[in-house]
Amino acid sequence: MTWTPDQPIISLKDVHKSFGDLEVLKGITFDVMKGEVICIIGPSGSGKSTLIRCINALNDIQRGSITVEGQEVHDPNLDKLELRKKVGMVFQQYNLFPHKTALENVMMAPLLVLKQAKADVEQRARRLMKKVRLEGKENFYPGELSGGQQQRVAIARSLAMNPDVMLFDEVTAALDPETVKEVLVTIKELAAEGMTCILVTHEMGFAREVADHIYFTDRGVIVEHGPPATFFTEASDPRTQEFLSQIL
Amino acid sequence: MEDFFRQLAEDAPRWNFIWMYDERQQGKILSGIWMTIKLAVACVALSVVIGIVGAWLQGARAAPVRLLVAGYIQFFRNTPPFVQLLFFYFALGQFTPTYSPDGWLQQPIISNVGWAIISLSFFAGAFNVEIFRAGIEAVPQSTQEASESLGFSRLQSYRYVVLPLAFRVCLPALNNNLVNLVKTTTQAFAIAVPELLYQSVSIWNDYPSAQNPTMVLLFVVYILLVAVLVFGMHRWERAMRIPGYGT
Repeated sequence: MTWTPDQPIISLKDVHKSFGDLEVLKGITFDVMKGEVICIIGPSGSGKSTLIRCINALNDIQRGSITVEGQEVHDPNLDKLELRKKVGMVFQQYNLFPHKTALENVMMAPLLVLKQAKADVEQRARRLMKKVRLEGKENFYPGELSGGQQQRVAIARSLAMNPDVMLFDEVTAALDPETVKEVLVTIKELAAEGMTCILVTHEMGFAREVADHIYFTDRGVIVEHGPPATFFTEASDPRTQEFLSQIL
Repeated sequence: MEDFFRQLAEDAPRWNFIWMYDERQQGKILSGIWMTIKLAVACVALSVVIGIVGAWLQGARAAPVRLLVAGYIQFFRNTPPFVQLLFFYFALGQFTPTYSPDGWLQQPIISNVGWAIISLSFFAGAFNVEIFRAGIEAVPQSTQEASESLGFSRLQSYRYVVLPLAFRVCLPALNNNLVNLVKTTTQAFAIAVPELLYQSVSIWNDYPSAQNPTMVLLFVVYILLVAVLVFGMHRWERAMRIPGYGT
């Protein structure tokens, strides 16, 4: 079955994930359409990060199905490279390669994984650095950049692979309030350009502003979901209400 | 100069710097130093390769592979290198095939020099595996995950991300082990590898009056050799320092 853009770009069906005896995801089902921005919110330990890590196979699942552009992720013969070309990921701790300059960080994957020509890759990497507003920082090492700058390099590094979907795993959680904004602006621009984004976040204001759909998870299940307009005002489940009252 | 040492040997009979004026003895010393350098370079290179490959295999999925590496480390780390050397040369040496370059005498395909290199490299390699493992474990799992999420294969991730970072962490420990290795090459003396100690002993057996100066020479040469190694390693360490990372 080949995937066409009118079908969900990502589709989760009854996803179950356990770490040993601890079941972290207890049957998660949702679809994401191309160009949509999805925010996943919920208390810590509710399985949010695990959930998006399963989408690009950093974690395996025990039961259910995850497809990305029609490709089944829960498959022992999964072509991981093919999957990871489609899905970019940005982490809470940036996870840049500390021994490479910002520009080299952005260039590495296209050079090594996609085996693209160096001149092209460099040109594109410089454009991406400009796009995340880090022009002039190309030759800085990650250790010489602020958290917000590192996180934007990480975003550029993922974009260099030209992914169809971007996963953001609490990317602003390790930043101070002032630098959170510069990273969120970058993500907002991406979303505006039509990039499909799945974000795990605690930034409610941001979620309200950019998300097409918000999912609230607790203890491994989706408790409630909806577009931001209704989600924040009409939450009916007591768990959602309690969470929102604490955070807003 | 030559006359000075000739005179000194006559005036002070226990201080016969024979290799300063006797060409034959000088040749022995020089060829001994050259052999020691060759041994040291070969063993350092091979033991580092063993360390890298061993550390890579330690992370293998197949349990038998990991077990094999663990067994290798236990054996070579927990037995004396001298005994290993004798075992390699005298025990294993019996079973290696021979060839005859002149059609007359049979020669084993692995010479005593070859056995010394193999045995010492495996000895130092066992420590290097542990040293590299410690370095690799110091690289955050999350950094590896980042490379994985970018589509790196395990080998690419190891080569371009994990190893370069692990190297920086384990250089001081590696340094120590390699210094030890250079000094341990003297044990090849026991299987008649004509390295510096072997040549020195052969000189003072022939000329007991040359014993003191030759011993002094031994210390001086090893101090210099190790100094060169340490100097090189420190330069390397400095060259690999990353701005804003670690220390």
